[in-house]
Amino acid sequence: MGKSIIEKIWENHVVSSEENKPDLLYIDMHYIHEVTSPQAFEGLRVKGRKVRRPDKTFATMDHNVPTINKYFITDEIAKKQLSALEKNCREFGIKLADLDSPEQGIVHVIGPELGITQPGMTIVCGDSHTSTHGAFGALAFGIGTSEVEHVFASQTLWQTKPKTLKLEITGQLGEGVTAKDVILYIISQYGVNFGGGHVVEYCGEVIRSMSMEQRMTICNMSIEGGARAGLVSPDETTYSYMRGRKHVPQGSEFDLQVEKWKTLASDEDAKYDSVISIDGSDISPMVSWGTNPGMCSPVTGHVPLLSDQPAEAKRDELARALTYMGLEEGMEITDIAVQHVFIGSCTNARIEDLRAASEVIKGKKVKESVRAMVVPGSQKVKKQAEEEGLAKIFQDAGFEWRDSGCSMCLGMNPDIVPSGEHCASTSNRNFEGRQGQGARTHLVSPIMAAAAAIHGKFVDVRNLSNHVEQPIA
Amino acid sequence: MEPFIVYSGKTAVLNRVNVDTDQIIPKQFLKRIERTGFGQYLFFNWRFNDDGTENQEFELNQPEARGASILIAGDNFGCGSSREHAPWSLLDYGYKVVISSSFADIFHQNCLKNGILPIKLTELQLEELIKHATEQKSSYQLEVDLPKQTIKDGAGFSATFDIHPYWKEMLVNGWDEISITLQYEEKIKQYEEKTIKVTS
Repeated sequence: MGKSIIEKIWENHVVSSEENKPDLLYIDMHYIHEVTSPQAFEGLRVKGRKVRRPDKTFATMDHNVPTINKYFITDEIAKKQLSALEKNCREFGIKLADLDSPEQGIVHVIGPELGITQPGMTIVCGDSHTSTHGAFGALAFGIGTSEVEHVFASQTLWQTKPKTLKLEITGQLGEGVTAKDVILYIISQYGVNFGGGHVVEYCGEVIRSMSMEQRMTICNMSIEGGARAGLVSPDETTYSYMRGRKHVPQGSEFDLQVEKWKTLASDEDAKYDSVISIDGSDISPMVSWGTNPGMCSPVTGHVPLLSDQPAEAKRDELARALTYMGLEEGMEITDIAVQHVFIGSCTNARIEDLRAASEVIKGKKVKESVRAMVVPGSQKVKKQAEEEGLAKIFQDAGFEWRDSGCSMCLGMNPDIVPSGEHCASTSNRNFEGRQGQGARTHLVSPIMAAAAAIHGKFVDVRNLSNHVEQPIA
Repeated sequence: MEPFIVYSGKTAVLNRVNVDTDQIIPKQFLKRIERTGFGQYLFFNWRFNDDGTENQEFELNQPEARGASILIAGDNFGCGSSREHAPWSLLDYGYKVVISSSFADIFHQNCLKNGILPIKLTELQLEELIKHATEQKSSYQLEVDLPKQTIKDGAGFSATFDIHPYWKEMLVNGWDEISITLQYEEKIKQYEEKTIKVTS
């Protein structure tokens, strides 16, 4: 019987398998950042342990960093956390892309762009959006700080074998519909826990026709559907993206490596525990209106009615969400005004996202009532966007153009949405207080965010004259 | 880690679904470099008003919830971010057990690493438990027996729960997981040598 890529990667990484025990899985790459590592390093220190494989560990600073005047950190505790990372990386011999590094950026943006993330790897990080790297056909998942310490000490993790879910997206996406809309649609249809206990493999014509950056957007939000991880079997798109990147084999060595990677893709007759099939043509540009990523509607739709909720618990949840968001049940999505627009985050701040958003904004102006910013996912993306003239387009329109970091996705740094204000955000979570206490987050694609910046409210980007049909691959 | 064998405690009910880790411990409190001291920030935005006073409406601020060490919560508890600060804050605040009809995977693992026992019940069992706890308020106690994998209230409600034998053994003995893993040094080394051979 055929195997899925998930099974293949799992089998390739088992160090020990015993009855009544989880498998001991080897970890090929451990990404770290400043928020979830300090206690793990301290744990090592206390027990006199070393990092077993510093060569399989890579660090960046992203969550706490200011995206303007980046060396001027006013938050003393944040400063302490960033210095702790510097000190720890130095002491334990780990490569760090710090604020001086041209490679610095959001961990899930820089790993792939440097070619560190590769097909067939097991990849972990103390961050739930580690699933992003699954776009490359890697088994990549988020872990807590105790597990970070465990990987430091042993380069392994005890893991129970997950169930597998095949999520097929057939057909074609319509004009103005992006990878972000696809994943928001999936979560809105199947809920925030559809993937619980499962690793999701995304496949089908729509996925095959996507670029690597689009696949990363989808895999990134697997966690919002409760999945342990999400991935895409590698193909020519994957190999073309990787060719020539810093940390991949070069020249003929690369071609040899590609032949090995080709054996990873799921077999035609692989079996899965669950299967979901979606028609891409059913998907429209989406906007979240509530306080979890499942609470979203097409831009042409409306906020749900309380009376439409079948269960009391759901009605309570909806009522609470509407109160927090300051929205009326039944209101049209296009009646929701925004005061902030954030184009950034590990979900949607790569070069294609910025190109697509800049096409919408070109020649237009940010509405006076809106504060808009673009935070490139990495310093390399920032540089490339500047070279392509995108930064100028954004700045001429009235967007703030920032240095890279997690920024407004989660308000751990100075980029915060004030209480009671609405933000059209290309990030991945709209939980209460996520972007600031009382902040009201609406998750959208980069082109929808750009459109909202111009109009000060949500509009259907398909009705605008200068949007692109698909983000440029 | 302290061994977890048989534990009795008062319950508190948070009957909300999809409680995410941003609510359990908001991001502005993740800047500490220690593992301790997070209890004061537990459910911060729900426990406190903007002016710093206690939110009288919040379930866990009610008199009957004070001093509870067993939290009964709605479905999909702990979803969202992988922050282990969430179980740290629950533990520091005083909770040793969390009961729900489902937990987010990463949160579930993080609890186990810290000696908090996450107990998954069926929706019907959870509904019944919430009913008893809500009716009996401050006097409601549960006894959790990890070796037997049972919970009971001594007044008629009882349920069994599943737990992976590996995690059960770890919790019952209070073992340090890394110490155990390092006993597999030979196997880890063999794996590393095997992969070098394959790739070279």
